Amino acid sequence: MTLRNRWRKTLSYCMLSLTGVCAVVAVSLLFLILGILVYNGWRSLDWNFFTKLPKPPGENGGGMVNAIVGSLEIVLLATMMGLPVGFMAGVYLSEFGGKTFGFLVRYMADLLNGVPSIVIGIFVWTVVVTRFHFSAIAGGVALALILIPITARSTEQFMSSVPQTLREGALALGASKWKTIATVVVPAAYRGIATGMILGVARISGETAPLLFTSLNNQFWGGGLTDQTASLPVMVYSHALSPYDDWHRQAWAAGLVLLLGVLLANVAARLILSRGIALQK
Amino acid sequence: MSPNEPMIMSTANLPSASPAAGKPVGHQGKLRAVNLNFFYGAYQALHDITLDVPANKITALIGPSGCGKSTFLRTLNRISETIRNTRVEGQVLLDGEDVMQVDVTLLRRRVGMVFQKSNPFPKSIFDNVAYGLKVNGFRGSLKDAVEHSLKRAALWEEVKDKLQKSAYALSGGQQQRLCIARALAVDPEVLLLDEPCSALDPIATAKIEDLLFTLKDQCTIVIVTHNMQQAARVADGTGFFLLGKLIEYNTTEIIFKNPARQETEDYITGRFG
Repeated sequence: MTLRNRWRKTLSYCMLSLTGVCAVVAVSLLFLILGILVYNGWRSLDWNFFTKLPKPPGENGGGMVNAIVGSLEIVLLATMMGLPVGFMAGVYLSEFGGKTFGFLVRYMADLLNGVPSIVIGIFVWTVVVTRFHFSAIAGGVALALILIPITARSTEQFMSSVPQTLREGALALGASKWKTIATVVVPAAYRGIATGMILGVARISGETAPLLFTSLNNQFWGGGLTDQTASLPVMVYSHALSPYDDWHRQAWAAGLVLLLGVLLANVAARLILSRGIALQK
Repeated sequence: MSPNEPMIMSTANLPSASPAAGKPVGHQGKLRAVNLNFFYGAYQALHDITLDVPANKITALIGPSGCGKSTFLRTLNRISETIRNTRVEGQVLLDGEDVMQVDVTLLRRRVGMVFQKSNPFPKSIFDNVAYGLKVNGFRGSLKDAVEHSLKRAALWEEVKDKLQKSAYALSGGQQQRLCIARALAVDPEVLLLDEPCSALDPIATAKIEDLLFTLKDQCTIVIVTHNMQQAARVADGTGFFLLGKLIEYNTTEIIFKNPARQETEDYITGRFG
């Protein structure tokens, strides 16, 4: 009996340690990535990085201002296209979606969520780029396609979590269904919806594969939204693969800027959400 | 009932104690259900309900859980339509007009509702009360209208200094009175209350009951309640529901002192089940 008990205790202790070690590994990965990026990138993060164009191979210095602006452009385009569509689709799913059609849309959105981003890149390349040109717009379309299902599903989730009694309260006062949604349900869920949107935008900001085929890259200021456009993720890709040490250094810096941006968005989203929950209670 | 007629007898408009439960007698009923059936999918929740709600009276609906009294109440302002896959047969008449023929938003403006669980919007106290006025295109002083409604709901003194605070900062009883104020703001002709005191302590309950007495001059009240003492205290007429049927409907006095049906007596005296 005591032997059995000792064996039980040992096993329990081992499992506890194992889960603890795995938890530490999971958490420390982020810090490891962040650490390596900071270690390799922070020296290149100077004023030039944010204000200068890339230098030709062999010349040291220069920056990535065109990629920073390009990334903002492409993500902004994707946001303008993707968020309204995703939001409205989410509202439809939560408030109007019938049993069959609602299920279908939900299922399709989940499938679209799971489509590898490189496939979306090829799709947009076929549909948009082959007919027009590599462009910021094509990149925006590709990222919007990724953003739509994310936004739709998160919007639906947060709207569905608004208690039915609130809807009934508004309807019982003579509000139309549309008024009820616009003035009670969406305001009650807006913090969650906004959080989902920020996380979605953060997610697409780091996408590289869809941009390789669509906005391509540019060492200079492009010719506007219809021209091929530099972006940070593609810059990381092209510079990291180059044989030049100075470009490697810049790639690290670009990766660091990208990660910091995404982290910042995540933290902001969490803050908004937790503040919202605290206020509602 | 003409507005000049003095209210001498509290039972003036109620049907006499006829053995046929709930048959409409007279024509003064403010709200009247005629042969009302209600279905959740294939399940029939209400069976052939005919009931006449007299104007400016409090009508209580009692009965065990799941007997259909809330379902009945929810068909009166068509809020039951928010649940999918439901079906209504028969008629509900408001001042003699079929509610299915009335625009649903107008109907709900005339027939207000207070729910079992208080459901203030996540907005300020002021905005909660003003909500119904705003969505109905109210022109005039919102401030005065809100104050008037809060006074009618006997909440003004408690909240007048914190109108811009969140409605969630109020206590449960205050929240429920806020919901009543919200419903009163659009000046409904009928007020439906679905177990409004079930989550409240006796003091808050007494406040709401007092409130109902003061309101019945201005509107017709239908209240669903689990609490038989409450029905006996506040209601002029009482209907007893069982298994989706209206078993008996009469003046409260007769229902509680001399019910015609055995089931009613069993339920009232606690011998039910």
